[in-house]
Amino acid sequence: MKLETAAPMRFKVGDHVRIDDRSSLGHCRTPSFVRGKTGVVAEVLGAFRYPEKLAYHRPGLPAQPLYTVRLRQNELWEDYAGPASDHLDIDIYQPWLEPAE
Amino acid sequence: MPTPDKRNETRAGTDGRTVQDIGGMDFGPIDMSEHDLAHWEKRVDAMIVLLNTKRHVFTTDALRRVIESYNEQQYDATAYYEKWVRALRNLVIEQELITRDELAQKLKEAAQQFEASGRAVAAGEVPWDDTGVDEGGRS
Repeated sequence: MKLETAAPMRFKVGDHVRIDDRSSLGHCRTPSFVRGKTGVVAEVLGAFRYPEKLAYHRPGLPAQPLYTVRLRQNELWEDYAGPASDHLDIDIYQPWLEPAE
Repeated sequence: MPTPDKRNETRAGTDGRTVQDIGGMDFGPIDMSEHDLAHWEKRVDAMIVLLNTKRHVFTTDALRRVIESYNEQQYDATAYYEKWVRALRNLVIEQELITRDELAQKLKEAAQQFEASGRAVAAGEVPWDDTGVDEGGRS
C-alpha cells in the first residue's frame, strides 16, 4: 500500500491503547467483547484497505493501520481463573483505537 | 454499481450486539467432530474463491456483511455453507452480474430437470428480504 493512500500511523509497539466502546452501524471487525478494553500494541501489521468500506463495495481508502493489540484475559472476563499472564492478541484497525495511560 | 445501505441486525437481549457478534456468550459446547464436505459445499467454496479473489466481484468483507444481515433466527438456523451460498446469491445480484428473474428462471429449469430424472427437489424458498436486495436486483 502506497504511503499517500494510507492514514498516518498513530501508534507503535508498546503503546497503551483503549479500544473504543462505540456502537457501529454495518459491518465492522471489532467484536463487542473487546470494546472499552485497554491493552498494549504488540505488533504493527501495516495498513490495509478498510473492511468497513470494502464491505459496501467501496475502495476502502485511505488504507487504515492495523495493530495486534494484546489484552489481558482477566480484564476481558470477570471470573477468569487462569494465570494473570494469560492474554488475547486481537487485530484492531486504527479508527477504533485511542491512546491510553 | 449500487452501494448497499448500512444496517444492523441485532440479537435479542444483548444490548445491541449484531447477530454474529457472540464472543463471550454461552451457546453451549462447540461441535468439534470432523466431517466431510458435501459436493455442493465444495462448489460454493469454488464459486466464492472465483468471484472474490479472481474476478473481484465482491470482497470477503462484503460476503461477511451480507451474512451478518440475516436476522437472528435465520443466522442461527443456517449452517456455514448455507450462509455462504445465500450471500453468494445476493451478491451476484447486488453487483448486477445476473438479475433475480434470470436466477429464478434457471432455478425453475433445474427443478424441472431434477424432477424429470426422479431426483428430489426442495419445496422451500430461501428468503430474500432480510438482505436488502429488492425485486430490481439492488437495494
